[in-house]
Amino acid sequence: MAQTPVLEVRNLRVEFPTRKGTLVAVDDISFHVNEGEVLGVVGESGAGKSMTGTAVINLLEPPGRIGGGEVYLDGRRIDNLPYEQMRRIRGRQIGMVFQDPLTSLNPLYTVGRQLIETIRTHTDLSEQGARKRALELLAEVGIPSAERRIDQYPHQFSGGMRQRVVIALALCVNPRLVIADEPTTALDVSIQAQIIALLKKLCHEHGAAVMLITHDMGVIAETADRVAVMYAGRLAEVGPVQQVIQQAKHPYTEGLMGSIPKVGHHTDRLAQIEGSMPRLTEIPNGCAYHPRCPKAFARCFAERPDLITQGATDVSCWLYDEELQRVEAHG
Amino acid sequence: MADFAATALDKSQNRQTGGAGAMESGAAAQPLVRVEGLAKYFDVSPPLLTRVLEGQKKAIVRAVDGVSFAIPQGKTFSLVGESGCGKSTVARLVVGLYRPTRGHIEFEGTDLASLRTRAQMAPLRKRLQMIFQDPYASLNPRWRVADIIAEPIRAHKLMDDDRGILRRVGELLEQVRLSPRDGEKFPHEFSGGQRQRISIARALASNPEFLVCDEPTSALDVSVQAQILNLMKDLQRELGLTYLFISHDLAVVYHISDYVGVMYLGRLVEWGEAQQVFGSPRHPYTRMLMDAIPDLEMTGRQRIPVAGEVPSPIDPPSGCYFHPRCPFANERCSAESPMAIPVGSGEVACHGVEEGRI
Ligand SMILES: Nc1ncnc2c1ncn2[C@@H]1O[C@H](COP(=O)(O)OP(=O)(O)OP(=O)(O)O)[C@@H](O)[C@H]1O
Ligand SMILES: Nc1ncnc2c1ncn2[C@@H]1O[C@H](COP(=O)(O)OP(=O)(O)O)[C@@H](O)[C@H]1O
Ligand code: SF4
Ligand code: SF4
Ligand SMILES: [Mg+2]
Ligand SMILES: [Mg+2]
Repeated sequence: MAQTPVLEVRNLRVEFPTRKGTLVAVDDISFHVNEGEVLGVVGESGAGKSMTGTAVINLLEPPGRIGGGEVYLDGRRIDNLPYEQMRRIRGRQIGMVFQDPLTSLNPLYTVGRQLIETIRTHTDLSEQGARKRALELLAEVGIPSAERRIDQYPHQFSGGMRQRVVIALALCVNPRLVIADEPTTALDVSIQAQIIALLKKLCHEHGAAVMLITHDMGVIAETADRVAVMYAGRLAEVGPVQQVIQQAKHPYTEGLMGSIPKVGHHTDRLAQIEGSMPRLTEIPNGCAYHPRCPKAFARCFAERPDLITQGATDVSCWLYDEELQRVEAHG
Repeated sequence: MADFAATALDKSQNRQTGGAGAMESGAAAQPLVRVEGLAKYFDVSPPLLTRVLEGQKKAIVRAVDGVSFAIPQGKTFSLVGESGCGKSTVARLVVGLYRPTRGHIEFEGTDLASLRTRAQMAPLRKRLQMIFQDPYASLNPRWRVADIIAEPIRAHKLMDDDRGILRRVGELLEQVRLSPRDGEKFPHEFSGGQRQRISIARALASNPEFLVCDEPTSALDVSVQAQILNLMKDLQRELGLTYLFISHDLAVVYHISDYVGVMYLGRLVEWGEAQQVFGSPRHPYTRMLMDAIPDLEMTGRQRIPVAGEVPSPIDPPSGCYFHPRCPFANERCSAESPMAIPVGSGEVACHGVEEGRI
């Protein structure tokens, strides 16, 4: 790979020390996101998606902490930076969009004030110039009659409009990396489609790298270039979105895809994965998926699989290792 | 399957008392549940004094404003629509948690409004039950699961010996694919999906024929959602249940439904057989919703994002409520509210469809 990825994560581990021992929420995961690329991060609730996102921007709530690994932004290591320096990087180079737009907006200030302040803190535009830029951004994210809206407060906006404002805020300094954690989950399907289209367009136009965290495969299918599937704090599979969705390699991804109802596909029964994801206190030995996996065999109970490269996809499953050995033995 | 259809028909013939159903063309069986011109208004005005002092007007939310549909015995009718369009309010009206402002709800031809006293309601109450979205909030954390499930049996005095009740609770737990031993435990010992099974077991305890399910899988992960949807379909087949199902997830609705109704700002804009509504949607709003479904097939189809957002139900637009967002709107649409006309197996309320220009 010639180009340096905008974001590179190596062997990241997030842990929570508790009285009963250390819980590992994210366990040794590695991935990267290139310029202009959307990496989808999917998985069921508790899989560790948000913890991964929060660790990347170094905003873990104590006692949560990074227990190992490295994070690079444009080739520069950022996980070990002092607080002040990291805060500046977050302000200038990383944009954030969360599920609830109200957590990112201050109810006491008008939308315009918040945009203008953010722009002025991180650029040397004048008040006038910053206001002009804020208006452009509001128009760009599709807020109708921005001139009138700019002086209103967040509570005067609907949920979908607020999320647009948050996206405008995230983009106002032309960030290198945008981390969007369930940005459409609280919104209606119709508004969801608008926000996704917007995120995608903006990322392509601004050349930012986007890490899009969601539990919704539909959103991933529409938006992501590559996708990382998480299970119990680990990566099950990472690869081009089309391959992961249509030719899932990991048995968990396969089960997940089968369990999603699809319009136009009439089936009487959905494919069903038995059981549910383990709690952090009860992560099984070996492959964390083995108690639910229909293809588990002896090795899966004892040994944890690493990512194995299969064409453009990386998959952590012993099935592929065996295949590799067989091919090697015969070739 | 054919067997089941025959029994369902049998049952309904024994029970029905006549009266034309709204679904004559769509279904052979008479409807088990019929809703006619149903409306519920909420007064959300500021207090009188504030109104007088600040010259504000009364504010009325027309949460549900004239909804009619019918559900044949043994079938699933789903309501879809954006947040705040009145789905949950319809659900609560149908199970009698709210009194309608206008309109009628009939269960096997009996008008619920004609049942004035608790004693008159009781025999009917146990035949309709409701399952809610949040399996955490809807189970009492201090009760053992067995007592939670037995509660409707005791409340409706269906059985009185404790051993019999315990045996019945065990059966119900097995019916939702849990173990009779789980009755000893407390709700916090179960995962979200297991708790939703417990809610279903409780709802089934009074042998209902009709279940109203308001977003029963929306709080669950997709893999667990698949388990619950499969269970609901199995139970429907085993027990001949009729469902009113509410979800904002169109793919879930497609999977579970026989009939689908699309709501917009308190009104039903289109309803019909699921295959028809999904396969050839007619109302411009239904078409918009269908276009907004994420494309898992990855055909590269460009979604046409829905323009605009739902207006406030306190101050709805004139004429057709959808006209400010509708690409087919004309002058008549902003002046005159469209009536429902029959289309295929169902109905559509749209001037454009009526005039043949859509
Ligand atoms: N008790 C109430 N008092 C006042 N207004 C209410 C009440 N219940 C519902 N409403 C209003 O009625 C409208 C319909 O609400 P309802 O809960 O039925 O919507 P819904 O379709 O179930 O939405 P969602 O998809 O968000 O669950 C909304 O505008 C809501 O704010
Ligand atoms: N403060 C905390 N203490 C202990 N465990 C936590 C804490 N916060 C989150 N976790 C656990 O970390 C795991 C991953 O959480 P999260 O990243 O939020 O999952 P996701 O975003 O994929 O739903 C979960 O099992 C969650 O319960
Ligand atoms: S490693 Fe074994 S248990 Fe894990 S997914 Fe692969 S086959 Fe299943
Ligand atoms: S009645 Fe008019 S505005 Fe309403 S949906 Fe039909 S064409 Fe559109
Ligand atoms: Mg999360
Ligand atoms: Mg609701």
